[in-house]
Amino acid sequence: MKANFSMGFALALGLLIASVPASAHHGVAAYDSAKQITVSGTVKDWFWANPHCILQFDATDSHGEVMHWMMETGNPSDLVNNGWSRQSLKPGDRITVTVQPAKNGRPIGRIVEVVFPNGQKLRTWATPPSEAK
Amino acid sequence: MRNRLVTSAIAFSAAFAFSPLLQTQRTNHEQTAAANAQNAASPPVPVRLDGWGRPVPQSPKDTKPAAAPHHDISGIWDPSPGPGEGIQQLGAKAMPEDGKPEHRLPYTPFGFQTLNNHKPSNGIRSVLPADTNDPVVYCDPQGMPREDLYELRTTQILQTPLKVVILYEFNRVWRVVWTDGRAVPKEPEPRWYGYSTGKWVDDYTLVVQTSGTDERTWIDRAGRPHSGDLRVEERFHRIDHDTLELTVTIDDPKMYTKPWVALDKFRFKLQPDSFDVREMICSPSEFSAYNKIIGIPASGKDSR
Repeated sequence: MKANFSMGFALALGLLIASVPASAHHGVAAYDSAKQITVSGTVKDWFWANPHCILQFDATDSHGEVMHWMMETGNPSDLVNNGWSRQSLKPGDRITVTVQPAKNGRPIGRIVEVVFPNGQKLRTWATPPSEAK
Repeated sequence: MRNRLVTSAIAFSAAFAFSPLLQTQRTNHEQTAAANAQNAASPPVPVRLDGWGRPVPQSPKDTKPAAAPHHDISGIWDPSPGPGEGIQQLGAKAMPEDGKPEHRLPYTPFGFQTLNNHKPSNGIRSVLPADTNDPVVYCDPQGMPREDLYELRTTQILQTPLKVVILYEFNRVWRVVWTDGRAVPKEPEPRWYGYSTGKWVDDYTLVVQTSGTDERTWIDRAGRPHSGDLRVEERFHRIDHDTLELTVTIDDPKMYTKPWVALDKFRFKLQPDSFDVREMICSPSEFSAYNKIIGIPASGKDSR
């Protein structure tokens, strides 16, 4: 009787988990972790703070159109171990950024990598989280 | 103690002499750029810096650690093997909420119902950032046992004859574990961090019992629930001079049909007494700025 009861709950919990979209499996539900977009442009602001550091960025496309992006990365305690600092970015820096974009299509993203003109790189993770666990 | 300081000083100097990444202050863009150039040229080699920006001296690999001292878990304890081992984004490290059957917790019906009222902003049950009701996201106290089960980072332990004091990096909180044999108060007023007493069960193991916790806290990042009847057992076991293991067991019959192990021999390694711990604080104003710029727009909850 007790085993059946537990199994019933196990099944219910399993169904609950199965109904959640796979993309929510790892990381933040707002981003499409199966996709990456790369944009180039100019840093407007770099906010070094918990819970996540924020880069505000004006991306210029090939037609010269400017799109204002808001991008987040990890928290300072983790980023310092990957070479980032409060001084990593400053307004006016020209960089190329790869992000996992927001699912709602807004110019919001989670930074995968920043590349500077001299080829230097900053990465949020060694391996970005993806759809597959 | 002096030998340890001398060894540390030599290791520090050696690292300073040979490492191009070494600096005592990361205060200008060029120094960071140099570090980035290093990173770009070859696969990044992680350089562990302490909170003061100083590189952490590594003991030579062939050094056998000294034996553990008796009845002593004091020191500056760094998660091992890496500083991120205790982040536990998917919930309690020994039982993460990852959908695997072996990590399914033995919920009571009330426990399962309470779990479903908790909407985490990470993991398989995560909601959009603007919809989360995770109290820690809004900078409420983590409480016990979550202080061990989310963002467990460099942990300092001090001992006096009557108590052990644990100082945590995340949110700069401390806990007192009374080791003077006292009993927990009867019908205590709930505390976010509960009431803790500890006892040495052998020369190297301190067992801590915590009760009287405030039921507003979550057990972990995944939103596992607890009631005011929760009892937490922590076993701090000093393996050798440089290694500490922490095991955390949860016992809450209102929420779970049996006790379960949340952290299983989580390993810390001893850092020198000169190691400065980073400041890592949940600031309501910083969170509010984050929510305004990223959280709400990414969730589509603003007016646009």
